[in-house]
Amino acid sequence: MKSASRLEKVLEKGEFAVTSECGPPRGADAEVIRRKGEILKDVVDAVNVTDNQTSVVRMSSAASCFILKGMGLDPVLQMVTRDRNRIAIQSDILGAAAIGVNNILCLSGDHQVFGDHPKAKNVYDMDSIQLIHSVKTMRDEGKFIEGEEITPPPKLFIGAACNPFADPFEIRVPRLAKKVNAGVDFIQTQCIYNLDKFEEWMKGVRDRGLHEKVYILAGVTPMKSVGMAKYMKNMVPGMDVPDEIIERLKGVDKEKRAEEGIKICIETIQRLKEIDGVCGVHIMAIEWEEKVPEIVKGAGLYPRPEV
Amino acid sequence: MIVGERKPIEEIEAMIDPFEKIIVLGCRECVTVCSAGGEKEVGILSAALRLSREQNGRAIEIKEFALERQCDHEYIEQIRSMVPNYQAILSMACGAGVQFVAEAYPEIPVLPAINTNFIGVTEEQGYWTERCQACGNCVLHLTGGICPISRCSKSLLNGPCGGSSDGKCEVNKEIICGWQLIIERLKSLGQLDRYEEYIPIKDWSTSRDGGPRKVVREDLRL
Repeated sequence: MKSASRLEKVLEKGEFAVTSECGPPRGADAEVIRRKGEILKDVVDAVNVTDNQTSVVRMSSAASCFILKGMGLDPVLQMVTRDRNRIAIQSDILGAAAIGVNNILCLSGDHQVFGDHPKAKNVYDMDSIQLIHSVKTMRDEGKFIEGEEITPPPKLFIGAACNPFADPFEIRVPRLAKKVNAGVDFIQTQCIYNLDKFEEWMKGVRDRGLHEKVYILAGVTPMKSVGMAKYMKNMVPGMDVPDEIIERLKGVDKEKRAEEGIKICIETIQRLKEIDGVCGVHIMAIEWEEKVPEIVKGAGLYPRPEV
Repeated sequence: MIVGERKPIEEIEAMIDPFEKIIVLGCRECVTVCSAGGEKEVGILSAALRLSREQNGRAIEIKEFALERQCDHEYIEQIRSMVPNYQAILSMACGAGVQFVAEAYPEIPVLPAINTNFIGVTEEQGYWTERCQACGNCVLHLTGGICPISRCSKSLLNGPCGGSSDGKCEVNKEIICGWQLIIERLKSLGQLDRYEEYIPIKDWSTSRDGGPRKVVREDLRL
């Protein structure tokens, strides 16, 4: 084992893993995190805590992870390279490991123009692949980026994101290979709505044997409404929402659309479970954490295994 | 070249408001090529400033002048005899030119009429785009001759990010994804396999992060 991560144990055991997400609040209230933690506890194996997602200022990921850890959850510290240089990143990694965080998700982060501080200066001292490489060096070689020794090194299970739907499509598998070579342990993909395209990507992944080198968790997000589906399709870069999804939501009464969204999500998970090389599912119910237990149970993934 | 554009006239008017006699100083280098601060633009700006001051009943005396360059001592010296007769210099050069003129004439305010934008190219008449951020450690041989530092909105060395869509950057659809360009170029060079080469974390100390920079060529020094 590379870490004390529950997620790593579940995957290592060959169980189909379930992770979810907790978005920290735009305020200093720890209760918000605790409420979300209560909903997700025992329902999922690990919980990602987003790092100022869409460049909107929120409570820090590390502090939120600390709260969840205290409740007995296995948090995944999301870390973007947008806001911190290598000094701050390595410092935060040591701090996270010290408070018992076992997992990290290495991201470049959304550009700040999307957020509430578009006039900010971005950092990008490194990119997400260089971050993977840095965390691995810290963990396995016990060394900082400049080669100085770390005692003791942070033992983190290293994750990264992958968007099978972004362009150019032909480098999407090579890009995963690059992350694997940099030392990533698990992948959580972008939300999957276009299953055919995802399967095409997974075939490419298997053809190169990458599914044997990294655990792939397929990302899903339940749709709340037609408006949300249209927004995801048209406004979120790198998102592939087929028209069938929108039509299906439109096909039911307005008050039943959220329910239909959950149904679609569960069906998607059931199909994903059958794909060779998919080791788990990452449920991103955006500000809709209370629906995660229903999705997990509906997809036949409850109770979670003992490890 | 260095690409700049003139500041809004209101901002310039506010800057020169305290003065009755100024020099508007153009530069015949980059800012002439990008039609921001050459001799022609000196004439246009001076006329506009005179007109607005006259309308406000506070006429201004403006000396129009353009130097070969504002980034070389020998040219800056050409206005030495003129300077004592004026209260301020409004420089239409890039930020380097403004500062170098100010260093030569510490007794007089030197004001910027131009916003210096970037090191770039003329795509077509009236249209300039950025190509280089002067990081001091060129990687163009690794990236098919397209700079990820200046052309990727996140300066990713191992891009593209997940926000690349239809060849466009997530920042806005007007921006071409720099990594899309790199990949297309590698493909046309028959070098797409190079995409998988990991580019290690960059040494930014050669960039501005290392502090103000200098180049010293001992072989050329007198």
